[in-house]
Amino acid sequence: MTTTRERELPTEELERVTIRFAGDSGDGMQLTGTQFTRTAAVFGNDISTLPDFPAEIRAPAGSLPGVSGFQISFSSTEIHTPGDAPDVLVAMNPAALKTNIGDLPAGGALIVNSDAFTQANLNKAAYASNPLTDGSLKAYTTFEIPISTLNERSLDGLDMTSKQKDLTKNFFALGIMFWLYERSMDPTLGWIDAKFSARPVVAEANKRALRAGYAFGETTEMFHTHYRVQPAKLPPGTYRNITGNEATALGFLAASKLADRQLFYGSYPITPASDILHQLSTYKTFGVKTFQAEDEIAAIGAAIGASYGGALGLTASSGPGIALKTEAMGLAVMVELPLVVIDVQRAGPSTGMPTKNEQADLLQVMFGRNSDSPIPIVAPATPGECFDYAIEAARIALKYMTPVVYLSDAFLATGSEPWLVPSVADLPSIAVTNAAKGEGPFQPYLRDPETLARPWAVPGTAGLEHRIGGLEKADGSGNVSYDPDNHHKMQLLRAAKVAGIAKDIPPLEVFGPESGDLLILGWGSTYGAIRSAAERLQADGRSVAHAHLRHLNPFPANTEAVLRSYRRVLIPEVNLGQLLLLVRAKYLIDAVGYDRVRGKPFRIAEIVEEAERILAEGT
Amino acid sequence: MTDMTDTTDQTATESSPAVPPQPALSPENAEIIALTRKDFVSDQEVRWCPGCGDYSILAQTQKVMPDFGYKKEDIVFISGIGCSGRLPYYMNTYGFHTIHGRAPTLATGLKATRPDLMVWVITGDGDALSIGGNHVLHSMRRNVDINLVMFNNRIYGLTKGQASPTSEFGKKTKSTPVGSIDTPIMPLTIALAAEASFVARSVDTHTEHLQQTLERGGRHKGSSFIEVLQNCNIFNDGAWRDFTDREVREDRMLVLEHGKPMIFGKDRDKGIRLVGLRPEVVTIGQDGVTEADLLVHDESAEDPYLALVLSRMFWPDFPVPVGVLRATSRPTHDRLLEDQITAAVGRSGAGDLERVLRGGETWTVE
Repeated sequence: MTTTRERELPTEELERVTIRFAGDSGDGMQLTGTQFTRTAAVFGNDISTLPDFPAEIRAPAGSLPGVSGFQISFSSTEIHTPGDAPDVLVAMNPAALKTNIGDLPAGGALIVNSDAFTQANLNKAAYASNPLTDGSLKAYTTFEIPISTLNERSLDGLDMTSKQKDLTKNFFALGIMFWLYERSMDPTLGWIDAKFSARPVVAEANKRALRAGYAFGETTEMFHTHYRVQPAKLPPGTYRNITGNEATALGFLAASKLADRQLFYGSYPITPASDILHQLSTYKTFGVKTFQAEDEIAAIGAAIGASYGGALGLTASSGPGIALKTEAMGLAVMVELPLVVIDVQRAGPSTGMPTKNEQADLLQVMFGRNSDSPIPIVAPATPGECFDYAIEAARIALKYMTPVVYLSDAFLATGSEPWLVPSVADLPSIAVTNAAKGEGPFQPYLRDPETLARPWAVPGTAGLEHRIGGLEKADGSGNVSYDPDNHHKMQLLRAAKVAGIAKDIPPLEVFGPESGDLLILGWGSTYGAIRSAAERLQADGRSVAHAHLRHLNPFPANTEAVLRSYRRVLIPEVNLGQLLLLVRAKYLIDAVGYDRVRGKPFRIAEIVEEAERILAEGT
Repeated sequence: MTDMTDTTDQTATESSPAVPPQPALSPENAEIIALTRKDFVSDQEVRWCPGCGDYSILAQTQKVMPDFGYKKEDIVFISGIGCSGRLPYYMNTYGFHTIHGRAPTLATGLKATRPDLMVWVITGDGDALSIGGNHVLHSMRRNVDINLVMFNNRIYGLTKGQASPTSEFGKKTKSTPVGSIDTPIMPLTIALAAEASFVARSVDTHTEHLQQTLERGGRHKGSSFIEVLQNCNIFNDGAWRDFTDREVREDRMLVLEHGKPMIFGKDRDKGIRLVGLRPEVVTIGQDGVTEADLLVHDESAEDPYLALVLSRMFWPDFPVPVGVLRATSRPTHDRLLEDQITAAVGRSGAGDLERVLRGGETWTVE
């Protein structure tokens, strides 16, 4: 649909647009993307974002490893992913162009800061010739804009160095995009005022840059149209834009209130989990106690100590840090205290690619401890769901007196989506009571017959003085025991307690036909890509369903029945087949995997393609 | 059990510390609680080797426990791994036998959330200074209000006799058959470097002194680091004998007393003075040395220099100082944590979950 606006420029209505901002890691691309996201979210679009940045804080300027990107997809309909490929690529320098152009489909729009295409920058990006002049960008609709020059001109008269002025050029680019997609500058202007209230010159420069970019879009004859993406028809309610890490922090804050327990968070800085610590450390008015420990082990040790004292103990890390916490996780299994361990997964092994995504710690948290050491595992599927599964993780930990692993990942943690804000009154109570003095001697390992949980006897309770520890416990009394049969029994009890949680979690739901040719089974942040793939396949008349596990240990009770309702089961994972291994081992079902470990989320198209391939194989 | 404790030994070196008797730490409880040593003895059979120095440490710990005025349910013993780690099982309080080296971390989390509890950390030279060294440093610098008692026997006992971080250079053990090539570290120097606000040393067999030292450490608000020279009679028998034995101890140990000159020796005629930055052993009355020339102990000195000098003195070059090297006061970790919360609530009121969920920019879909 095309309409005509006052200024004679046509407006084209689009259902969905995906923009990628790419530049040097010092160019403020994350900020630019975040501002566009806020603006689109407040406007009412459905959104999904994918920040993609290097681990180096400031890699050498203009270099290929220093490129930072932020992709946002915004839509007038419900979307599940940040988009397979951008419709528009904004490249602030040659390195950003080089590392991102491969993702831009032919015919896509390319906006480049032509000022940055100097010989020196071309050399840093290892371009033999200038792509702006050598014809290599023929396939794209390229807009060469001297952003640096135009921006600097717009800041004439401000008391700033050229270098300082250049730092605002990202807002010039943002201004162009706001004009192009008919967005209001008000949210960002308000943000600038608040952010730089103490530095009026910087605030003025950023505002001028933004307005100049917008005005440039309006006055240049470069653009022949601009675009409108209507608000999405989301379920009614109050929304906010939320990242997975934000939702995680809010979820555990809520969990502590719903459990009526003090929240204690022990943590050691690690990408991409640190923002949870930053956020929780601001919740002092809720009595939240945060502890930046000397190392990962101290972080979990302190959390266990807090749980021992009756608080909700919480710790977080990413894979390398989880490896360090492993022994303490085993202790929590043995002493049967509530604890939640957050693992915001990233690409490994070892230090791997700290800012890049992967979901390859499933087997680590499932099995990565000495002996049989069962721990329940939950895994949210979207940034917003992180809130719900934080509460669920705490619920299981408290009710079953057990450590619980909460698996997030870099994509969920830093990606964002609109979140329907729940009302506190609608949230479940997850409160449990402490043990009190009863008849006879206290038995710290006498279990609840229903849940097999042991009593939570917190210090300060008269008459319940007892000793716990990492040594094997005698069933009931909890005294140190080396009795062979007791050990066998305790191993079985610990396993049965965790397995029994299956009765207390929702069944695995299926999107699509209840039986058919193919089930695509996923977990974690692959949700969006798989769901979108399933929608496409179903629209094409394929007999394909999607099921997504949020509980990975134990699996929902109906999991096997669901899997057996389809002729084939496909498990796409951002690892080399970890859920696949568990499913095949547990159910003897001949599921097949589809693995892409590139530090990035799946594209919808590749899952569709793989599903089509399997469907074509028949049975 | 053989010669494991020396409870009859009351020598002149064991005078009372130069601090006035202090009220119970928990005064509101003091009158209603009249516990005795027996109340702190658990029903578990003690399983250290006969003759182990740990028996005495346990006994003295049980003995001083009623003096603090805490109810036994408000006392928690947390330990790591090693022979010392078993102590919580024998205390009829709350107890947590954790994992190797990590007891200070659990104690930190517990104390942070439960400032009402009295928390003891029981550890050894390997547990505290090798695998758990990092946690000792950081619990001390944070001034976590714990009483850390480190049993130092200069050997790994539970794993049957390997060198420890306090084993002597050249020490032959199972793991160092031709001698250790690692320089030992001085626990009290480490504690001082980590900003421990209370640092003391005692000896397993010097029971009265040990009681006094535990009592002082227990009463201290903030991190207390107490080294107990302890004998492992199986794997490193007599590790401290050269200066702790009854016949020689007066001449080879220096009992620190706040405000008093550093005098030692059977005849009370030897002393310590400072020459430049170095301590020196002198004899009173020789070469014109008088008592006025001697160092006077000041455990409450804010700066750590005197305590550091004392922490470096060791047999055979010097008499081994025992008692309180340092007892200073600064806010505890739990207090500071609570203060930040109180201040935040005072400024902004108690947190409102509904409001924080709706924080940031929101929009409404009709």
